[in-house]
Amino acid sequence: MKAAALRYLPLVLLAIVWELAPRLHLVDASALPPLTAVARSWFSLLVDGDILFNGVSSLLNLLYGLIGAIVVGIALGVLMAWYPTFDVFATPLVRISYPMPKSALIPVMILWFGLGAGSKIASVFMGCLLPVILSTYNGARGIEQTMIWSARALGASRWQVLREIVLPGAMPEILAGVRNALALSFILLVAAELLVGQRGMGYLISFLGDGGVYDGMFAAVLTVSAFGFFADRCYLLFMRWMLQWRE
Amino acid sequence: MGMGGSGIIFDEVCHTYRPRRGRPVLALDKISLDVRDREFLALLGPSGCGKSTLLYLLGGFMPIESGSITTHGKPVTGPGPDRGIVFQSFALFPWKTVRQNVLYGLEKQGMPRAEREQRTKELLELVHLSAFADSYPSQLSGGMKQRVAIARTLAVDPGILLMDEPFGALDAQTRALMHEELLAIMQRSPKTVVFVTHDVREAVYLADRVAVMSARPGRIKEIVSTEKPAGAGSEFLQTPEFAEKVEHLWGLVRDEAIRAQDAAH
Repeated sequence: MKAAALRYLPLVLLAIVWELAPRLHLVDASALPPLTAVARSWFSLLVDGDILFNGVSSLLNLLYGLIGAIVVGIALGVLMAWYPTFDVFATPLVRISYPMPKSALIPVMILWFGLGAGSKIASVFMGCLLPVILSTYNGARGIEQTMIWSARALGASRWQVLREIVLPGAMPEILAGVRNALALSFILLVAAELLVGQRGMGYLISFLGDGGVYDGMFAAVLTVSAFGFFADRCYLLFMRWMLQWRE
Repeated sequence: MGMGGSGIIFDEVCHTYRPRRGRPVLALDKISLDVRDREFLALLGPSGCGKSTLLYLLGGFMPIESGSITTHGKPVTGPGPDRGIVFQSFALFPWKTVRQNVLYGLEKQGMPRAEREQRTKELLELVHLSAFADSYPSQLSGGMKQRVAIARTLAVDPGILLMDEPFGALDAQTRALMHEELLAIMQRSPKTVVFVTHDVREAVYLADRVAVMSARPGRIKEIVSTEKPAGAGSEFLQTPEFAEKVEHLWGLVRDEAIRAQDAAH
């Protein structure tokens, strides 16, 4: 009980400071509206359906891009680890694109896929692909040779080994890579939505900010942060459930 | 022995180890060796002599570059359920429970569900792990893990059992118990066993014959019969015959171990 209370203490302190600083005119209230004003604004955004409409739009685009990256990334990563010829071809491409800031691709995606959902999904997909490929590749490469040989000696075909041994064997690394991708997906989606478009949480933030509705803008920013936080928490639970075979 | 030949025949098997960097090294030099049906043969030699490589070639895990290996007259071209293998590192599937590990090979063999559940149950009884059927490998001790690996391999009933220093990672007491358990299992369902080890006592105690290998490049230096009186148990370890055999084999291995050590420096 005490430990839990202590854990939330910094949050409570932050909230108090946030509320008091503008009220006591320590900071400009238009630069940092009091937390209660932000909360009021959040409530009206919720009642008006702005958060629901933009939130659902954002989450759908995020899911499409992320799931696409997970499926394609795992497939490519396993193929690279399993087939040397594929490895020779793909590894230099992966190495070259790895250090590139993923957000630099957003304008390219807008150019190719337009101002709507297409460019958002593509931005998330492109940004999340590499971490999934690399973690899958490393996971599949790290599997003990003897485990693969054991499966082969028990009568598994090469394809069965790939599906039934390499893939589950690489799962701890894959899941860790997907967690990175999940965090990246929020960054890329909001960045893309801030740039162009007429829906999504990023759009809501820039729309309210441009209109001078700063308490609303903060409410939208906090909402996105909460989305990200809860998505990560849920994912951690899922990860723990998937890896319960580990000590 | 008929024309087809029973057991395993190694005929002038060579293997060259090719590291990514550096020069290729001849690891096995014209190994010729016959293993009789239902014989327990130990491959004894210093580390790096290629004894495990020879076992992997027999398992079909690596291509045979020159020479040939046949089992019951058929050339080895790849892995198969007629040759089961047990590794020092256990090589269990950690995301599967003990039962699922043992079931895996039976599923690959296409055994009907009820039958494979029954067979798995029997095998877990054989290795005294029925109580741990639903545990994951990470929850087991080293000795228990190796018993699961043995059960998994025996489940598909291979005619030939390959063992790659299977008890090398276990403490001395566990190893002694595993020796007795393995001999008991072999008595119940005899198999042709090729057992790789660098432990002289282990080789003498378990095997019918011991093939001593030289330091790199691996050659068969001498083959020593270590057949025990029928039904001999662990009391055999106390007899002068046992001590004599160990002494003789140690003499053969010692020179090679020294050579292997010098080569490593």
